[in-house]
Amino acid sequence: MRSLTRRDLPLSGDPSARFLPLLIAFMIFLAALALVGAEALRQTAERWESGLSGQMTVQLPADAEEEAEARTATAVALLQDIPGVTAVEVLDRQEAAALLEPWLGSAAEDPQLPLPVLLTLTVEGQIAEIAAEARARLSDPLPAAQVDDHQEWIGGLLNLTRGLGALAIFLLLLVSAAAVVTVVFVTRTGLAVHRPVIELLHLMGARDAQVAGRFQLHAMRQGLIGGLLGLAAAAACYGLLDWTLAPTTIALLPPFRIGPRLLLLLALLPAIAGMIALLTARITVLRTLARMP
Amino acid sequence: MVRFEDVTLRYGQGPEILTGLSLHLEPGSFHCLVGPSGAGKSSLLKLLYLEQRPSSGRISLFGRDVIRLSRDARAGLRRRIGVVFQDFRLIEHLSVYDNVALPLRLAGEREREIRRKVEELVAWVGLAAQLQADPRTLSGGQQQRVAIARALVGRPNLLVADEPTGSLDDRIGNRLMHLFQELHRNGTTVVLATHNLALVERLGHPVLRLHEGQVLQENKDQGSHDLLQGELP
Repeated sequence: MRSLTRRDLPLSGDPSARFLPLLIAFMIFLAALALVGAEALRQTAERWESGLSGQMTVQLPADAEEEAEARTATAVALLQDIPGVTAVEVLDRQEAAALLEPWLGSAAEDPQLPLPVLLTLTVEGQIAEIAAEARARLSDPLPAAQVDDHQEWIGGLLNLTRGLGALAIFLLLLVSAAAVVTVVFVTRTGLAVHRPVIELLHLMGARDAQVAGRFQLHAMRQGLIGGLLGLAAAAACYGLLDWTLAPTTIALLPPFRIGPRLLLLLALLPAIAGMIALLTARITVLRTLARMP
Repeated sequence: MVRFEDVTLRYGQGPEILTGLSLHLEPGSFHCLVGPSGAGKSSLLKLLYLEQRPSSGRISLFGRDVIRLSRDARAGLRRRIGVVFQDFRLIEHLSVYDNVALPLRLAGEREREIRRKVEELVAWVGLAAQLQADPRTLSGGQQQRVAIARALVGRPNLLVADEPTGSLDDRIGNRLMHLFQELHRNGTTVVLATHNLALVERLGHPVLRLHEGQVLQENKDQGSHDLLQGELP
């Protein structure tokens, strides 16, 4: 069984078909940016999480120097005994002042400034359980001590990235749905424009698959062209953003690189667009032809 | 070959165009279909070449019930039917050659075979010089000859022609009828709808006369002169 050719059904000249690659290009552009954005967030969250996991902070409120030293010693002794705690490090006053300098300036170095004592714990195992044990051991001798296992902050960050990741997936679904609707519209328009010829081919014994084959190949080609255009635009946009924003954001965000998996997925986007267009056109044509006798 | 049993046809909720129509056409027979305008000739032809499905009743072609067939099987049946449409239905963006070649291409024939058959048939209908012409540049008679070539190129088992000589001069019309007779002698079943009483008389084949949606008479043995006399508008 031979497929129909471009000459038999010249779909390329249809006005609606001319805009299909541009519409698909716009959708693939959005999809590619959404994917890159989701991956950037995922990498950022991963780096922040790995930087903070395995660490806890204990804060002892500011006090007179002699008392502070005694309380610090007590806290260190209690914390070191907790199973899972592998190291306890005390930040001295200078280090604590350095942390506050961006906000207080030179005032942070004022010896009269009451600063809390910060203990950094390196832990192995269930951090929440270790934190609970630390709170329990410190509650009696040092009731004002604050144990921070960073879980709340990391949890919030993870929720944010998960939410944005879900938003990216939603955007992809939305783009796919828009692509399907666009192809359905263009295919139906093509069917309407070429209806007399299609009816004639049908009467001459053309099988539905022969007619559908012509439409689906045309749609796939349009989808591929649109996909490549959209991907090229997304790559240019990413390159421009990387070039213009990198120097300013490097201090706030960890460096982002597109890995091989994401690169493969991005490279497949035009093919996915082509396949969506092909399947949508095929189903649309077959459903329309099924209404013919 | 063709069997209609109690076939009724109506379009949508409209009146019945064909009412309880039954007929049987033997393989290799030649029938002239006549009747006044609005009698249902075109509708009957549409049922024959499977453009319409009956509202009720049963139609079998080549021994197969067309209602029960799959869509692909119906497409296969259509490839065995050649149709000459009254309005030609040529594809304007294709050349004469490509219009005539289309049924063979749909059937998957090799391009060399297609070229041989198309060139031969187009030359036979007197359009060899217009082989690559745009159909829109041809006269009505020339377009009709292209439509006839297209209907015949696949050597159909059933040939359905709706007023095939309407736009032709006598010479070409006679050649065409000669070809139809030749096909008939080689076993092709021919159904010819026409208003040309002289042609029907000259051919001397059985006449199917449609009146108000029913086949009133089918005349096989006697000449059609009595049947036709004074009956057509």
